[in-house]
Amino acid sequence: SFSRTIYVGHRPCPDTEAFIPSKFCDNRIVSSKYTVWNFLPKNLFEQFRRIANFYFLIIFLVQVIVDTPTSPVTSGLPLFFVITVTAIKQGYEDWLRHKADKEVNKYPVTVLEDGRSVKKESEKIKVGDVVEVVEDETFPCDLILLQSSREDGTCFVTTASLDGESNHKTHYTVPDTEKDLQALTATIECEQPQPDLYKHNLPFLSLGPENLLLKGATLKNTKKIYGVAVYTGMETKMALNYQGKSQKRSAVEKSINAFLLVYLCILISKAVVCTTLKYVWQSKEGQDEPWYNQKTQKEKDSNMYLKMFTDFLSFMVLFNFIIPVSMYVTVEMQKFLGSFFITWDKDFFDPEIQEGALVNTSDLNEELGQVEYVFTDKTGTLTQNNMEFIECCIDGFQYRYRDTQSELDGFTVTDGPVNKLQQKKEELFLRALCLCHTVQVKEAGSEVLADQVDGIDGLLLQPEEERGFIASSPDEIALVKGAMKYGFTFLGLESKSMKIKNRQNDIEEYKLLHVLNFDPVRRRMSVIVQTTSGETLLFCKGADSSIFPRVRPEEVDRIRMHVERNATEGYRTLCVAYKQLSAEEYAMADTGLREARLALQDREEKLMAMYNQVEMGMSLIGATAVEDRLQEEAAETMEALQGAGMKVWVLTGDKMETAKSTCYACRLFQRGTELLELTVRTLEDERLKRDEKLHELLQEYHRKAVQDAPPVKAGVTRSWSTANQDYGFIIDGATLSLVMNPPRDADASQYKSLFLQICQNCTAVLCCRMAPLQKAQIVKMVKNSKGSPITLSIGDGANDVSMILEAHVGIGIKGKEGRQAVRNSDYAVPKLKHLKKLLLAHGHLYYVRIAHLVQYFFYKNLCFILPQFLYQFFCGYSQQPLYDAAYLTMYNICFTSMPILAYSLLEQHTSIEILLDNAALYREIANNAMLRWHPFLYWTVLGIFQGLMFFFGVRFLFSNPALQDNGQVFGNWSYGTIVFTVLVFTVTLKLALDTRHWTWINHFVIWGSLAFYVFFSFFWGGIIWPFLKQQRLYFVFANMLSSVSAWLVIIILILLSLLPEILLVVLRKPRGPHSRQVYFSLPFPLLSLNSSFLPYPSYFLIFSLIYILFCSSFILHHVLTRCDVTQSQPITRYLKLYSYVKQWLVSLLVAGLH
Amino acid sequence: MMASSYSAKEEDGHHSGSAGLGGAAVQTRKPDNTAFKQQRLPAWQPILTAGTVLPAFFIIGLIFIPIGIGLYVTSNNIKEFEIDYTGTEMSSPCFNCSQSFSWNSTTPCRCVLFFSLDQPFESNVFMYYGLSNFYQNHRRYVKSRDDSQLNGDLRSLKEPSKECEPYRTNENKPIAPCGAIANSMFNDTLDLFYIDPNGTKTQILLIKKGIAWWTDKHVKFRNPGGSNPNLTAAFIETAKPVNWHKPVYELDIDSENNGFINEDFIVWMRTAALPTFRKLYRVIQKKNNMTPTLPKGSYSLEVTYNYPVRSFEGRKRMILSTISWMGGKNPFLGIAYITVGSICFFLGVVLLFIHHKYGNRNNSSDVPS
Repeated sequence: SFSRTIYVGHRPCPDTEAFIPSKFCDNRIVSSKYTVWNFLPKNLFEQFRRIANFYFLIIFLVQVIVDTPTSPVTSGLPLFFVITVTAIKQGYEDWLRHKADKEVNKYPVTVLEDGRSVKKESEKIKVGDVVEVVEDETFPCDLILLQSSREDGTCFVTTASLDGESNHKTHYTVPDTEKDLQALTATIECEQPQPDLYKHNLPFLSLGPENLLLKGATLKNTKKIYGVAVYTGMETKMALNYQGKSQKRSAVEKSINAFLLVYLCILISKAVVCTTLKYVWQSKEGQDEPWYNQKTQKEKDSNMYLKMFTDFLSFMVLFNFIIPVSMYVTVEMQKFLGSFFITWDKDFFDPEIQEGALVNTSDLNEELGQVEYVFTDKTGTLTQNNMEFIECCIDGFQYRYRDTQSELDGFTVTDGPVNKLQQKKEELFLRALCLCHTVQVKEAGSEVLADQVDGIDGLLLQPEEERGFIASSPDEIALVKGAMKYGFTFLGLESKSMKIKNRQNDIEEYKLLHVLNFDPVRRRMSVIVQTTSGETLLFCKGADSSIFPRVRPEEVDRIRMHVERNATEGYRTLCVAYKQLSAEEYAMADTGLREARLALQDREEKLMAMYNQVEMGMSLIGATAVEDRLQEEAAETMEALQGAGMKVWVLTGDKMETAKSTCYACRLFQRGTELLELTVRTLEDERLKRDEKLHELLQEYHRKAVQDAPPVKAGVTRSWSTANQDYGFIIDGATLSLVMNPPRDADASQYKSLFLQICQNCTAVLCCRMAPLQKAQIVKMVKNSKGSPITLSIGDGANDVSMILEAHVGIGIKGKEGRQAVRNSDYAVPKLKHLKKLLLAHGHLYYVRIAHLVQYFFYKNLCFILPQFLYQFFCGYSQQPLYDAAYLTMYNICFTSMPILAYSLLEQHTSIEILLDNAALYREIANNAMLRWHPFLYWTVLGIFQGLMFFFGVRFLFSNPALQDNGQVFGNWSYGTIVFTVLVFTVTLKLALDTRHWTWINHFVIWGSLAFYVFFSFFWGGIIWPFLKQQRLYFVFANMLSSVSAWLVIIILILLSLLPEILLVVLRKPRGPHSRQVYFSLPFPLLSLNSSFLPYPSYFLIFSLIYILFCSSFILHHVLTRCDVTQSQPITRYLKLYSYVKQWLVSLLVAGLH
Repeated sequence: MMASSYSAKEEDGHHSGSAGLGGAAVQTRKPDNTAFKQQRLPAWQPILTAGTVLPAFFIIGLIFIPIGIGLYVTSNNIKEFEIDYTGTEMSSPCFNCSQSFSWNSTTPCRCVLFFSLDQPFESNVFMYYGLSNFYQNHRRYVKSRDDSQLNGDLRSLKEPSKECEPYRTNENKPIAPCGAIANSMFNDTLDLFYIDPNGTKTQILLIKKGIAWWTDKHVKFRNPGGSNPNLTAAFIETAKPVNWHKPVYELDIDSENNGFINEDFIVWMRTAALPTFRKLYRVIQKKNNMTPTLPKGSYSLEVTYNYPVRSFEGRKRMILSTISWMGGKNPFLGIAYITVGSICFFLGVVLLFIHHKYGNRNNSSDVPS
């Protein structure tokens, strides 16, 4: 059914046939996901839906089912750890939700039952109950207001906790209801619940949204109300709106997945190679089953192909550590813990609102370091949204308020005479300002703390006025305040009548008939009032573009000049118009509006049509200019962002001139910037139609900005040279929609790409006159353009929500336009200026940290598993693990996890101050520089090199396993332990080499985990563990340490493995003009701006060195053999040595090819 | 070694005090101004530059080259003699033994190899047997043992681990010691004789103690029933490994070296890392300072040929070697140290050259800010 029937007080209506108590849900709010009973299965199911977890589960199951080399514990334990940690985290979060739910559900409420007030728990409220709510309480469910303690049947409500709007909204009781609630029998029919917070269709009994009180809103200024519950529990608007935002994934995660795929390929190819070679090897007589190593009967019986398959699986299991479970945990932990540094940063703390930064998601920390496009809102973001009335223009004459002059009312005409007619117009204009708004006067009784509510203009709380205004938009307050300065004071709204005090200190009273609300599409609002003399007047104020077509054209010209001049000065302008309504006209409008408001379907459209109809044929009175001051350090911030190579786009609903002047003020446009305009005005042309002109202009701009621009060097796409001509691009909403949806469909893609190319070559782009959806459209277009650049949207108002949600990173400003932007953002900061540190310092560091973390994890697992792979060539491809199970398990969990976690939380390869002072450093990491294939290849090659070193170094040592001074020999577990020791030390020291910022934590964790490894190895090998089947490592480590040879080989292998790294660090040192100003080095080689030529020479140098070594020894060999000087003693010595070296190298090569 | 700057960005000292007092009363959301939370922990910021790494290269070079030479010389001074007695070639004295090998033969096959040492072996001599192409590190083989049985656990003695299959039970009796490793224990007997220039043969005393790891012998391996001298009783109701000639309690007459704690057995049970390996067999102790342990001259090696390797193309060797502080002969370490030392030194020279060239071109590019 489409509607629900509610019986007020559960009393059936006499005229309905039968009382059927319908089933509604109770008033329990359940925001939690789990219960005690379903937590385990549900949580496990959800966790294993992740690809990585599922993969590890499969590996674990394979280990359990198939006879595999490593025990299931080795992969089961890490997986169990991961799952448990995640489950605990989610369980804790859910417990918090349970607690919050309980608090809400157990909250005591008063319900009227059979004439008595009964205290009940909130969750027990049923649909149809009559609920009593007193002042400052929140409504326990969605209520229809039946009775209010106020005489006029109204109550005031703030919805601050719902949408952040702190202004008091007036709600009305249901008209013509019986005063005695006990006797009231009524049914309410309303539609089924729907989530839109601002749309309520309650069509029956002529109920409108003004009768509905939403759960979560707070009662203000009213002692007590009674209401009947219509929607309860999970069906309330608040609960329906409670839903998670869609998940955003960062570019780093995409890189991880790409690398994962590479490693999966490596893994599978390793397993395939080993399986194939195994069967080739076994085909030789006597190899598969020598007399000393017979198979069991079961193995002999098993099917050959099945055997091959299980062998393949076994190899997979043996090498599966190459894809580390722990990486996911570490990355999650790094993100979660790392995000605290943003909330903790005291630079983000704003003393005015007593708040710091807010992190809504920690998934995108590193994305902050990758931003290429910044989309910013203008009002409230670039500007303070702290409005001040500057001047007005009445009937073509300019008025400017001057404090210093003591002329009449301080109101001076600056460019025209004053006469009687003028006086009248003036007063009409000021009355219009006083009446046409939704401002409320703060009552003296209700204490509202200035810091709690963001709609209050602090300036208005001046002592001599004793009056505060509350409004949803600061413009309105500025206008009312402006009117007050000129002698017309708005006193307040009481029982639908507005009182104003005029210049003669007389109180004028107007009956408020209708408010035609403001909305961003219409861009204007109107009120219809009735004077005491019975005249009906409509006052309308709005943007010039929306007013001018609705007034008489001859009036426009006089005002337009002023409006445009004011706009170029950066002021916000509004035009004010009025219209006198005749009785018939009003009657028509009245019925029309009422009907539209009660419409069951398409209410919005009908209302809009009605508004448009009413707001016709007005006459223009004047215009206002309100100044919106720039945010603190707005210009510096914008400059820094541009310096960091980001392209800043301003998306605003404001008019072009105002927005342009703001752009100039923010230094987004500079004096030398050539502006390319694509607006309705530039499209006006006598010769051509609009779309033809558009085509022409697009072509022209494209030629200018793209084709004629000097070719930009590849790799340095963000040129920042001052020699080039800078371009700025301006487009307005109407033209944009023409570009997006041209009359001819064929042009669509062409226009779009032309437009994008132009924009990409401009330093700044301004899009004005944008509807909220258009903002998101632009963000989406750039996001999906070639190279899929990372976008960031920053805004403070509800109209920015769509673009905040659309962009890769959404930033909310804790501004004055409510909390909606903050609620929907990924990060929220109090001020625009904080963006600079957030991106340049935090973003940069997070990116470097996590990129290094990811690369390091892959690297360390590659050189962990490579020796194990190589060992297969020496053990008959039998899947014999090289390392003990304990080492296999602990490597990623204990021995090498903490240093990298500490690194990824604390590393500052460049200090924060330098990062902030040199915005250009941000370009170093642009385009995911540290996670591209080039650095990935470097790390992989490093991992392979070190893995080869570890394995073959020990292999050559073990050509004679008698390594102790008592002639005793080492076995295979000693072999593995030596390799593993070298591995743990090398991998940890490699990180130590990369660490540029050694705090005590780094020291503690790096040296501590090495010490822990040694301690653990002693401990693990020191006891016969009763629960182990095999005491493989019993005293292996201690015996290893008693061998000098083992020590020597460990030392030299560590050094040799790190040698190329040390060499690279030395050679990579940036040289050139910049190196002295900014000394920094990233922990890996990359193409950077001021050392772009360096990595290649350094590679070249190393390779040439090795080449020279080879060549010289080759030549020496020839010379020595030719000359036949082997007689003399020293040379024979040398030759012997040389032949050893040659033998070594050859056998290394052979072994490598083996 | 490193140019380093110690940046002490300290937090303001007043903080902790004021927060402790005022924090409880007035709850502000202002973030704490601690060094950790503001990412301002004092930190050591090492910067590797050519100037700091160059000396390190030279020092490494200067240290490693002497060590390498030392290692190389030490390794070269170790005397080692190796003889292959597999007997696959017709000319080999053991040819017959290797050809006529049968598991069931009751009379052991013997063969004698003659060899001579060119140089005397001065210090203690260690005698190894070496096997090739013997995959002691095969997974099926490595896991085929029961360590708790070997540790003297009575339950495991009666009920060996499943890992021991197919060497777990024989004729419904549990095998002790079970498993493939134990079953395939090396059982050739090697005897060494010195032949005087005048032709008299004297047997050289081979000591069979001290060849296994001390901890293995004394802790990891234990006979069932503790120190009970009657091993036969302890191993009652168990079968000997299929390929063994004697049960485990008859490995040696010495009760300290019998059963599971027989050192030859323990040595064998430590599986080798690579398919070509050697294992310590006997030790020849130096008698006095006057005579070398093994003087220069002729020797004969008498082999009791029990161990077949022909089926898997294996080789058997006997190795005599002296030992230094670094273990047996292995030139690898010395060469590696010399090579790395030279590379470091060479790199140092090259870097110095580059460094000077760069350093001259743009003055003090090296000075960290």
